[in-house]
Formats: sequence, structure tokens, C-alpha cells
Amino acid sequence: MPDARRKAAALVSGGLDSMLAVRVIQDQGIRVEGLNFYTGFCVEGHTQAIRRQDQAKEKRNNALWVAEQLGIRLHIIDVVDAYKDVLLSPAHGYGANLNPCLDCKIFMVAKAREWIEAHDFDFLISGEVVGQRPMSQRKDTLPVVQAESGIGDLLLRPLSARRLPPTRPEREGWVDRERLHDFHGRSRKPQMALAAHYGIVDYAQPAGGCCFLTNEQYAVKLADLWRSRGERRYELDDIILLKIGRHIRPAPHYKVIVAREEGEGNFLHGYRKQYWSLRPLSHVGPYALIDGTPSPADVEWAAQIVARYSKGRDAPLVTVVAQDRDGAERELVVRPLAPAEIPAEWML
Amino acid sequence: MTRVVIDCRRLLCPMPVIRVQDRAAAMRPGDELEAVCTDPGALNDIPAWCRINGHAVVEVRSAGGEHVVVLRVAGG
Repeated sequence: MPDARRKAAALVSGGLDSMLAVRVIQDQGIRVEGLNFYTGFCVEGHTQAIRRQDQAKEKRNNALWVAEQLGIRLHIIDVVDAYKDVLLSPAHGYGANLNPCLDCKIFMVAKAREWIEAHDFDFLISGEVVGQRPMSQRKDTLPVVQAESGIGDLLLRPLSARRLPPTRPEREGWVDRERLHDFHGRSRKPQMALAAHYGIVDYAQPAGGCCFLTNEQYAVKLADLWRSRGERRYELDDIILLKIGRHIRPAPHYKVIVAREEGEGNFLHGYRKQYWSLRPLSHVGPYALIDGTPSPADVEWAAQIVARYSKGRDAPLVTVVAQDRDGAERELVVRPLAPAEIPAEWML
Repeated sequence: MTRVVIDCRRLLCPMPVIRVQDRAAAMRPGDELEAVCTDPGALNDIPAWCRINGHAVVEVRSAGGEHVVVLRVAGG
């Protein structure tokens, strides 16, 4: 008989696996509360919220939505600053791109351990499945997460528990091991069957697509940012801007971020006091920022790039307003660059 | 009853929710918290966060590209 006095915290990503893990433990009468960590690289929300063409779609934070479906409280924790060490110096290295998946999991479990200790919870659960992911969810790396996070055997993985050594919640009878699962591998069929069993029909796509660091194009832009600065550092605004617009780097010391549509332009406009900005005046065209330390000639060159993306791209001249960080404006009359004048290697 | 206004302009979700969550934790039951946001996602996310945590949404309004959610902090 499970011990209903026990309390579990759950890592809730908003995907199906963590949703099912919580549901399995709730089924045993255990109270569960969710933890969701925000690193700044979460796909959740950002670009959908910015791009005007997507604004007709319902916007929801999947972790909040999952928590509501499960009837649990959710604590969203800002780890943007603390996460920098994980990304910049991952002890276990990167995956295919700049994704430090194993170090990330260790970090989040360690943060969750701190949370359960501070809030007097008994154990932690996660939706991990043995063999599902190549880096952080292998049979040989799951114990690494437990050891290096300090959580030890207070981490229970309800979807794969019967393939793993019994954890303390199982040994002490807080939960009934026989009512846990033995999922393994990359197949999603067992999860889908379990979701059907619980009547769960609406859920986010399988876990793994929730972090921009696994995205090759994003990783290229992040690596370019570090290279251009001569050091591996970033602030939240930097990593958010990497998700928005076309990034065009004509020279190491500056790049142009050109909005692809009105929603992005509105968002970039909010940065006008931190960056040089450009907007076509004589023709309809995109808002743009210059990131870096442009010379007057660079600003003019950037204006020609912006003109190339305006309705005046075929006109002989386009007037572009350039504004510096102090708000001082000047009008530049420039020739729009032809597409062939923007080399492919400038496009990040 | 205290009413507090927090500026969540330019923050993208879930940051407005985190700001609301952290501020509400330091408030008393019955106090009101007004979040001024520019991310329209906040119109869904803050009320969802309120529902799962028992707080009452007392006002939602949008004008001029800004979205305001006012909540009343739950008791206990």
C-alpha cells in the first residue's frame, strides 16, 4: 500500500513523458507538485509570441497547461544565470550541436534536489525513459545524473522504474514498484498507449524538441556570437535575439538583425535604446538592429542591406533612417544591395 | 489590501509568469498584483498560473500593445 503522506516533486517539461510520470504517481495517491526550469533556451513561447503571423494561433505554455490538466501546482524557476556555467563548460561535453544534455539534466536534478530539501518534499520524479535519448537517457548515464546531482536514490523514474534498481521510494514502500512501468528505447508506442489509458488525447510533441540548443541553425548563430565577441559569454537578451529575424554578419565587429515580419519588427523596436536601429523611410520595409560597434561606413552598408529587404529593393535609391543608441537620427539615401552582393557566408 | 504593479514589458513568456509568481509569494492573501506585459502569451499564461495556484484573476485588458492582468492573491 503506497504511503499517501509522502510528497513528490516532478520535473515537468510540458511534454508527454513528464505528464505520464506525474499521472502514474498520482495514481498511487501521492501528492505531486511540478518544477519547470527556464534556461532562456526553451523553445516554449518565444518566437510564437513574437511573430505576427502566428498570433491567431492559441499560445499556451505547455508546462502550465500540463499542470492544469493534472491538477498540480507548478513552480517555474528562473535559472538563466546559473545555467551559463552548464552551457559554457559542460563536463560531459555537447551533443550534435551546442546541447549539453547530460550536464543540463544533472543541473536540473540538482536544482530540484535543492527545492525538495527546502520545501520538505520526500522525493523527485522525472519522465526519463531508459534508452530514449542518446546522451542523457542512456542506461549508463541515468546513474551519472543521480550521482552528480546529489539526488541519489530519491530520484524515481516511473516510466522505466522496473528496468532500474529500486529507489528509496520503492524500497520503503512509499510507492508500489509493481504499479510502475518498464518502458525503454526510442519507441513512443508505450507512452501513447499509457496516454490513451488515462484518456489523455491532447499533448505536446515528444520531448527533445524543447531546447534551441539542439537546433543546428541556432547553434551556428550562438557560436558566431561568441566568436565575434572573442569570448564565450551571453546575456538573456542576446539569446532571445538569436531567435528573431535574419542575422547577417558583413564583418566580425557588427551584424545586422533584420525583422522578417511586422511582429518581429515591433519586438526589435523595443531594443532601440541598446542598439543602433534602421528603418526604411521612402519605402515600406523591415525594422533592423545593428549589433556591435559599427563605423559610419558600416551603418551605411547596413542601411543598404535593409533597403535590399524593403519594397524599394528594385529602386535606384532608398532612404533609411538610422538611429544611434542615444536616439539621434539621420537619414541615409542608399542604393539597395543586390541579392548577389550579400554573400551566403554572411547569412547566419 | 495592497496593490502592486510590476513591469513585465518586453519580457517573453514564461518570464512574466515567473515575475508574477515570485512577487505574489511575498504578498498577503487579498492583495492585488497588476502585471503590465507586452507578450500576448501572458494573457493565457498568467491566468493559467493563477488557476493552478488558486489565485483569482480580477481583470484582464489590452490596449496599445500592452496587456494587463490583475490577480488577487489567494489565502493560505
